[in-house]
Amino acid sequence: MCPVSKPLPRMKISINQQPFDLPEGAVLTAALAAFAARAPFAVALNGQFVSRTRYGAQALREGDRLDVVQPVAGG
Amino acid sequence: MLNEAFPSPSSLANEATQATQASTAPSMPPIWQPLADASSTGAATSEDQLVLYGERFSSRLLLGTAKYPSLASLSAAIGAARPAMVTVALRRQTGGTVHAAEQPGGLPVYDTLRPLGIPLLPNTAGCQSVEEAVNTAHMARELFETDWIKLELIGDDYTLQPDPVALIEAAARLIRDGFKVLPYCTEDLVIGRRLLDVGCQALMPWGAPIGTGRGVANPYALRLLRERLPDTPLIVDAGLGVPSHACQVMEWGFDGVLLNTAVSQASLPPQMAAAFAAAVQAGRQARLAGPMLERETAQASTAVVGMPFWHQRSPTK
Repeated sequence: MCPVSKPLPRMKISINQQPFDLPEGAVLTAALAAFAARAPFAVALNGQFVSRTRYGAQALREGDRLDVVQPVAGG
Repeated sequence: MLNEAFPSPSSLANEATQATQASTAPSMPPIWQPLADASSTGAATSEDQLVLYGERFSSRLLLGTAKYPSLASLSAAIGAARPAMVTVALRRQTGGTVHAAEQPGGLPVYDTLRPLGIPLLPNTAGCQSVEEAVNTAHMARELFETDWIKLELIGDDYTLQPDPVALIEAAARLIRDGFKVLPYCTEDLVIGRRLLDVGCQALMPWGAPIGTGRGVANPYALRLLRERLPDTPLIVDAGLGVPSHACQVMEWGFDGVLLNTAVSQASLPPQMAAAFAAAVQAGRQARLAGPMLERETAQASTAVVGMPFWHQRSPTK
């Protein structure tokens, strides 16, 4: 019999208050791809700024909140 | 003294000397090139430039970019006013299939501003905590590639007035992180001093609550701030409604003004932008020209001696 592989664990995070379901341990780069973020943008994780140099190394956890922001007009 | 309508000749002489010294200080190449005819745009002459954190600007007008009826109107207003900087902000991006151009005031604004080469001043508008403001500033620095930040930390949703305590803490952290902080504050003198103590090199006191167009709500306190902080660049930010408001604060000796709604919500924003630029220039020129002192009693302008038909009157009259 062929062994049945267990499904990879998933985690739920929010990106700009939208729920996303990602593989457990996904890094920020994967989350941004799932969100289809468009440059230019900047990111904060759980309220803390994350430099773009760390996108590939920043692992995410269940319940994490991402903010992806872009330039807009302002006063 | 505030009882004087205008400053003493000696203080004006000091201001003129400082303006001359600024012009002889090592110059930095201007990013935003003024038009050849500075007088028509309200831009400062090369001898009298706005100096913030060691950088020199040809204009004493800063302009917001929000609430314009169109991008064309925004571009035309900027072209008419030739401001020293324009303010921008950060907001959440809509993900998925929504195109960036469909988000109001979004990327098309940025794409419009970038080719102009005008210095951008990101703000932390809407932030209500130190953490929000500091992290927004860091995101702005990475995204806009500038150390400039207009620090807004709101303490009340109705008046949108700054939270003075949190403002000082946030300013201190951002100064330590290498930002050039322009704090949006009230006209409170002690708060102003605390902001300077933590490293701010300029202040932006409000004239009146944001977007009200009321002009200067507390002229006494605002002029007191100017008098007590004579060496600090002070830019009146928020609440100005018409060019005469801007001219007035420049006559009082303030170093610049920042406004948004007064231009963007005018019937003809480009024309209003030009009017404000001229008003800022006129107020500054008046300040440096040394206005006359106010008097309590009338004093005839025309000489009395030689008045025809004059006859010596009897002592009883």
